[in-house]
Amino acid sequence: MRLLMCPPDYYGIEYEINPWMSKGRQTDRQRAHRQWADLRQMLETRLSLKIDLVEPIAGLPDMVFSANAGVVWGLKFIASNFRHEVRRGEVPFCVEWFRRQGFEIVRLADELFFEGEGDLLRCGDVCFAGYHIRSDILAHQRVAEIIESEVLSLELTDHWFYHLDTCFCPLGAERALYYPPAFDQYAREVLQGHIAELIPVAAAEAQRFACNAIVAGNAIVMNDGCPETREKLQSLDFTVYETPLDEFIKAGGSAKCMVLTID
Amino acid sequence: MARSIVDISGHIIDSLILPKVLDLIINLGAEFRIIDIHIGHRRADRSSARIQIDAPTQDSLEVILAKVKEHGALPVETEDEAARLEPAPADGILPDSFYATTNLPTLIRLDEKWIEVEYPEMDCAIRLIPTSGRAETVPMHRARKGDLIVVGHGGVKVVPMERHVPREPFEFMSSAVSTEQPKGLLIREIAESMRRTRAERGRILVVAGPGLVHTGASRHLIELIENGFVQVLFAGNGLAVHDIENALYGTSLGVYLEKNIRASEGHEHHLRAINAIRKAGGVRQAVEQGLVQRGIFYSCVKKGVDFVLAGSIRDDGPLPDVITDTLKAQDAMREKARDVRFALMMATTLHAIATGNLLPATVKTVCVDINPAVVTKLSDRGTFQAIGLVTDVEPFLRELSQYLKRDENTSDAL
Repeated sequence: MRLLMCPPDYYGIEYEINPWMSKGRQTDRQRAHRQWADLRQMLETRLSLKIDLVEPIAGLPDMVFSANAGVVWGLKFIASNFRHEVRRGEVPFCVEWFRRQGFEIVRLADELFFEGEGDLLRCGDVCFAGYHIRSDILAHQRVAEIIESEVLSLELTDHWFYHLDTCFCPLGAERALYYPPAFDQYAREVLQGHIAELIPVAAAEAQRFACNAIVAGNAIVMNDGCPETREKLQSLDFTVYETPLDEFIKAGGSAKCMVLTID
Repeated sequence: MARSIVDISGHIIDSLILPKVLDLIINLGAEFRIIDIHIGHRRADRSSARIQIDAPTQDSLEVILAKVKEHGALPVETEDEAARLEPAPADGILPDSFYATTNLPTLIRLDEKWIEVEYPEMDCAIRLIPTSGRAETVPMHRARKGDLIVVGHGGVKVVPMERHVPREPFEFMSSAVSTEQPKGLLIREIAESMRRTRAERGRILVVAGPGLVHTGASRHLIELIENGFVQVLFAGNGLAVHDIENALYGTSLGVYLEKNIRASEGHEHHLRAINAIRKAGGVRQAVEQGLVQRGIFYSCVKKGVDFVLAGSIRDDGPLPDVITDTLKAQDAMREKARDVRFALMMATTLHAIATGNLLPATVKTVCVDINPAVVTKLSDRGTFQAIGLVTDVEPFLRELSQYLKRDENTSDAL
């Protein structure tokens, strides 16, 4: 498994585009850097994952959340169209990185908002996609055509859980963690109808970004302070690695937000 | 009432997006109708649906459209596109890319408003009347130089008709032609539909061929006319000639219908009948002079039924009432067909197709013929709403008039 990350050199709270962000509650840059480096090291050494880096750009503080750059599907890179102007500057740099790696670049029409792996996660044969807060449902339809796969759109209703990867985490093909209140009733029914074992996460741990975990086989990396989820996962024979990421929660992100799956 | 049509597609079934959108419409106080739905076969296949939304007001419709759009349902028309107009270059000539009409309800967009096209008719053009701002269909030969004609497809909206979801008994009938259908049920439904049309003061049109007289079915049609079930009659020279021959001589093509024997010199009867009517000045005059005292046309005159007789190249005579200029005949039929709500076509190919061409798709149309090809032809030429019954016209009309009589008695009893 190969992941793309972006060092947090320019990370900070420079604008407010989700309820977590407050310019009055700044990040500790050094601490953030240390937490990011610890996460990277854990992925490389403990999980033996290959990490690629895209160069951070001054003035683009959220570029550290590389999961939102787009979606990789085979040799295609479907670039994001951010809903918020402040994040659109990230796109050309990520596109350029994938172009240099030899990926075919796919751009959606400008009016179709789509925020990459933040809102599109695969579980078994099906891709689940979050919409209404950041990505548009019409973008999902286009993505479904491009990847020639079933994409089931799930309406997200809680702005604290604005991306699908903040409230849903596939664990292999038949299991997933999820935070039920983040979804509308139809979305919950869709998840219940398609995933054999759905593990609900309690509110307190969902707010610690328990669902924003990186899953590689039987290994899971997540923010610390989610004991209930950790025990549940351990009882299912997962190896859970916890690492503090609270500097990033200030911007509404955690472990999964900081990696984009390349293959 | 405000209406709009939206399209939605994608993996809308498994994701419950379609039921969610439909629930939304209902919860916001409007009604929906699924006009068309296509469901993908494999998991990766997309599905699609076209939904009609009827909201109590334009404002509530706007709210609903904005809401369903968030879930991927988009209005079918591009609201900003206006219909394009070009002047007709000469009398009877349309601009090159004129919009060719269907028989479905149609709207055109002008000055940011949708205008309903009056008198939907297939294979015509759409003409704008600038003085009144109205739009109407215009057959090619009626276009006049300088008339403003709609060109291209932009700004034109056709309202599709629901075909598969039955809503009233009449719609249970499929338009498939079959000799194997249980006819009793169909005829009963036709009778009910005619009664409803009459009760709502809708006009009923009968189109009939001369076979109706040969088979001895005249008396049933007369009963229908006498009981107010016919307001308009379209036919050719033949039906009128045979009806009048029967009125004057008791024969049809020289055969006494009552006794089923051939009259001596009977083959001349229809010519003598034509001559007598020509002498009287026309059918109406012959009835008024007391020359014709019974029959279909006698009843038509007495009951004030409008009739149009359209000529053909093989006509004997013809009767003075027959319009021999086909374009003039078509125009006369067109005018009388307006406001018709129910059409019953029996034992005629030519007149059935000619009439089918003039009727909007919203007119309930029944075609009865012993030859299945007639009904097939009618549907194939665009009158898709036609219900076909393959049967001899006499037993059909006999049964129909019995049902209508029975219903009449029931309603009297009530």
